[in-house]
Amino acid sequence: MDYLFKNPLVVLELLRQHLFLTGVALIVAISISLPLTLLILRSPRLTTFILGVFSTFYTIPSIALIILLLPLTGLNEWSVIIALILYVQVILVRNNVVALQGIDPAIIEAARGMGMNRWQIWWRVQLPLALPVMLAGIRIAAIVAIGIATVGAKFNAGGLGRLLFDGIAQTGRYDKIWAGAIAVALLALAVNLALIALERYFSYTRKAERAV
Amino acid sequence: MALSFQHVTKTFSNSPHAAVNDCTFEVESRTFIVLLGPSGCGKTTLLKMVNRLVEPTAGEIIWDGQNIREFEITALRRQMGYVIQQVGLFPHLTIAQNIAVVPELLGWEKKKIDARIDALLELVQLKPENYRARYPAQLSGGQQQRVGLARALAADPVLLLMDEPFGAIDAITRASLQDEMLRLKRALNKTILFVTHDVEEALRLADKIVIMRAGKIVQYDTPFNILTAPANDFVRELVGADDMVRQLSLIPVASIMSPLPKNFVLNGSPTIQVEDDLRNALSKLLQTGASSLAVVQENNPVGILSLEQIRASAKQN
Repeated sequence: MDYLFKNPLVVLELLRQHLFLTGVALIVAISISLPLTLLILRSPRLTTFILGVFSTFYTIPSIALIILLLPLTGLNEWSVIIALILYVQVILVRNNVVALQGIDPAIIEAARGMGMNRWQIWWRVQLPLALPVMLAGIRIAAIVAIGIATVGAKFNAGGLGRLLFDGIAQTGRYDKIWAGAIAVALLALAVNLALIALERYFSYTRKAERAV
Repeated sequence: MALSFQHVTKTFSNSPHAAVNDCTFEVESRTFIVLLGPSGCGKTTLLKMVNRLVEPTAGEIIWDGQNIREFEITALRRQMGYVIQQVGLFPHLTIAQNIAVVPELLGWEKKKIDARIDALLELVQLKPENYRARYPAQLSGGQQQRVGLARALAADPVLLLMDEPFGAIDAITRASLQDEMLRLKRALNKTILFVTHDVEEALRLADKIVIMRAGKIVQYDTPFNILTAPANDFVRELVGADDMVRQLSLIPVASIMSPLPKNFVLNGSPTIQVEDDLRNALSKLLQTGASSLAVVQENNPVGILSLEQIRASAKQN
């Protein structure tokens, strides 16, 4: 703990790098997962196939995956970001699929029968109804990404992982290891709480309870 | 003619048999038409072809002189109210927001929409001040379907499509919703297509009934004619045409009552409303033990009805 208070500027800089890695990875991953979900939902077979492929990525150890990417993207943060994007895809897409399939078909039929076009059904009905479950997926993806991004330090991408790897490399620097572990855990906890709050904000069942 | 079905056929790709097979019939404006038949007979498919949720394989549907294929599909649907068995209210929107959906799609002004929401909630007997801000999950099944009906009527469509709207509702609530439907039918004066497999419901609500079996129309006639002259044994059994009491329920009191005798005084004798039917009249006679009923219209006696007259009318049929 001491290390965190004595070196706030160092830790803040590492935190900034960590947030950059996970933030960029998540934004890109979410932007890919949404259209991908809509595409594969047309065919159950395609859904199974794509989820299978992403699940396989998920089983590759993170260090191995990043090393495999090095020849393509080089020894920098982009290798780490691309690995993170691949990792969280399975979480995001699976949750999106469950969220959209969980909508009562009668609601969609009513929307069509009332004369909404595809776009209106998506924005006014499907997205608001699926959002709480999708956000739950984003929350889990964020936590996973924060954890895996610590490995980024090994690949010249910075982040809070630097504290861990420095602590391991230098003898007797348990304070650094502790500082790194605690900082990553606190970050994950904070992001978790923030996203839970967001989920609740968009939950229509809670809205209904409040309205009594 | 409000609607004209011409050789309408639908074959789904996963089935060798036509779900709807060469159906031709015409619907007059402002009539209540019930599509009746066992499950799988094609009645729902036929209904969904009107708002083009299902496109026919062959044949045409003409609405007020225009082929429905010529409409833009969303514009067509916004001109037709649609009520389904599962109701399908949007759970993330309040009751008011649910009712406002089609008026908003049509670009109505906010003021007009607000006034319309209140008027419709009054129409389906839900107090606007109590229900506007609630969510669907807070309503009972019967109340939800009332909102479903209000939502379908929101933009004042001339045609209302109802797909087994009361099918998932308990018997007592269903009876009260049917009463409501009869009241609305008179008040709204709309063309209504109503799908059901419930014979009582069909006989009670319909001006005319389309009886379907295996994709074909077996008979298309008034409830009275279907009961008294069923086209074949299938219809006879389906509607229970041998059931005298059921037939009595379709004959209005006004049609057989005799005029008031001179110097008639109501004087506490049992009464029946002039728009009521003979089944209720019979039950009242049996209940009270009286030999005749005074027929009243808005509390004024207009005729009398005796057990003899009911018996005579039952024999005729």
